[in-house]
Amino acid sequence: MTELNVIETKNLSFTYGIGTPFEKHAVKDVNLEIKQGEFLGIIGHTGSGKSTFIQMLNGLIKPTSGTILLNGNDIWAEPKKIRNVRFKVGMVFQYPEYQLFEETVIKDICFGPMNQGLSEEEALKRAKEAAFFVGLPDNLLEKSPFELSGGEKRRAAIAGVIAMDPDVLILDEPTAGLDPMGRDLLLTQIYNYHKERKNTVLLVSHSMEDIGRVADRVLVMNKGEKAMLENTRDVFSKGYELRDMGLKIPQVTHIMQKLKLMGLDVDEGTLRVEDALRQLIPLLKK
Amino acid sequence: MSFIEVRDLKYTYNLGENDAHEALKGLSMNIEEGEFVALLGHNGCGKSTLAKIFNGMYTPLSGSVKVDGLDTSIEKNQIEVRRKVGLVQQNPDNQLVAGIVEEDVAFGPENLGIPPLEIRERVDEALKAVNMYEYREHAPFKLSGGQKQRVAIAGVIAMRTKCIVLDEPTAMLDPRGREEVMETIKKLNREHGITIILITHYMDEAVQSGRVIVMDDGKVLTEGAPREVFSNVELLKRHKLDVPQATELAYKLKNAGIDLKGVPMNTLECIDLIEQYINS
Repeated sequence: MTELNVIETKNLSFTYGIGTPFEKHAVKDVNLEIKQGEFLGIIGHTGSGKSTFIQMLNGLIKPTSGTILLNGNDIWAEPKKIRNVRFKVGMVFQYPEYQLFEETVIKDICFGPMNQGLSEEEALKRAKEAAFFVGLPDNLLEKSPFELSGGEKRRAAIAGVIAMDPDVLILDEPTAGLDPMGRDLLLTQIYNYHKERKNTVLLVSHSMEDIGRVADRVLVMNKGEKAMLENTRDVFSKGYELRDMGLKIPQVTHIMQKLKLMGLDVDEGTLRVEDALRQLIPLLKK
Repeated sequence: MSFIEVRDLKYTYNLGENDAHEALKGLSMNIEEGEFVALLGHNGCGKSTLAKIFNGMYTPLSGSVKVDGLDTSIEKNQIEVRRKVGLVQQNPDNQLVAGIVEEDVAFGPENLGIPPLEIRERVDEALKAVNMYEYREHAPFKLSGGQKQRVAIAGVIAMRTKCIVLDEPTAMLDPRGREEVMETIKKLNREHGITIILITHYMDEAVQSGRVIVMDDGKVLTEGAPREVFSNVELLKRHKLDVPQATELAYKLKNAGIDLKGVPMNTLECIDLIEQYINS
């Protein structure tokens, strides 16, 4: 069976200020395939083109050249129908908690599904499921979003996008500014949502440790171009190349690579502390 | 006398209303001149409230805060306190006001009524200190996140503050941007003797400080040298915090009976410890 590609880009480019002295390629000739149901991490330095790239995927920015296929169809074939693309490719922006506006949390989460044309009953059902995925307890749903803590607001905003049941969920730095436990918890919830719904998730993050924990594959953007798109362990095996692009590898991966160089029989693509322990304990035990 | 002295400090938001929230519940600490302190704690523990009290933006409800001997509750001291303690916040885009880097850095000293020639001097000096002098005529919006934060820091230095409080200055930055800001902070502390109070959720940044203060529920939970504090992995995890992966790995290896000698704070120390263990 061939694997289905949920998204395919062909020579995808976006150039700012075409024909002016400020012409700049934000994204240049990106060709890639994103598989149905995969968890893709996206990393790259500030200005590497990540944000422009993901905004093109859900039709917020129109490419200056190239095409984006969503389930095999060119998303810009009928520009008037671009709104439907935004329901299928859900986007959670950075600091989404600033986008809450409704009287109650539940109404805010329902806003997306209602816009999709679902009945109030159906929207409510979706909203409750979404709230469950992100771990928002029922007693918060009738409160005003402004009574919630920062972390709870962020969860409510993410639930609003999940409630639209998108085929592809894109999250731009969802854990920025959260404390370590908040980060872990939110990341686990997103991962569980992905496992249960089996839909595609794209996670943009500056935290290599987070990417290492959850992503199947990693897209590395550099200067507007696709620098790598490989399995997470293969990407993080290239520490020096990433370093040159202003990126890093998880601490635990770095340690395991050095131990391998010292002659220990360990996997240099180790991404999690637990996996490192499983290998090291038997090796080091005297 | 310490540079900052906090005694039994309490602060409540919306006092007397239904949604009153007690953010600081009787907190005491000292910060010495020239120290580099990392302030840790989970979201909502009162760190940012404390940061705003340090520079006189908020005044204590009860208890006292003295900055360089000045009581911050006394209104006539407040301008002086803000000159001594500068605040750098999380989002660089919210802090830059001018269209050109050097004008942005000059904004603070201009407001202090400093003569133009001295402003020029201070701006150049501040931009050199954060390694952004060559960008002085650039537009801030074209800079990377790390560069913007360094310009924001220069804006504070140009005020000749003795102390800089940074509230999660790297939360929005990429790995290189984070390193640039950390290097800048350490250099200002080491070479210019500026007192640094760094609020962060990144444990690998906190280990680079001279002293770590952990806050919980509006109070100080524990404090000490990074190695002391981060040795207590269980305590930190119980309070929604973490330790660097290198520290966690060594801690768990020890728990499994592998007798490493010491607590590593970073990857290189961790590798050294394992190497020593293998060779012993």
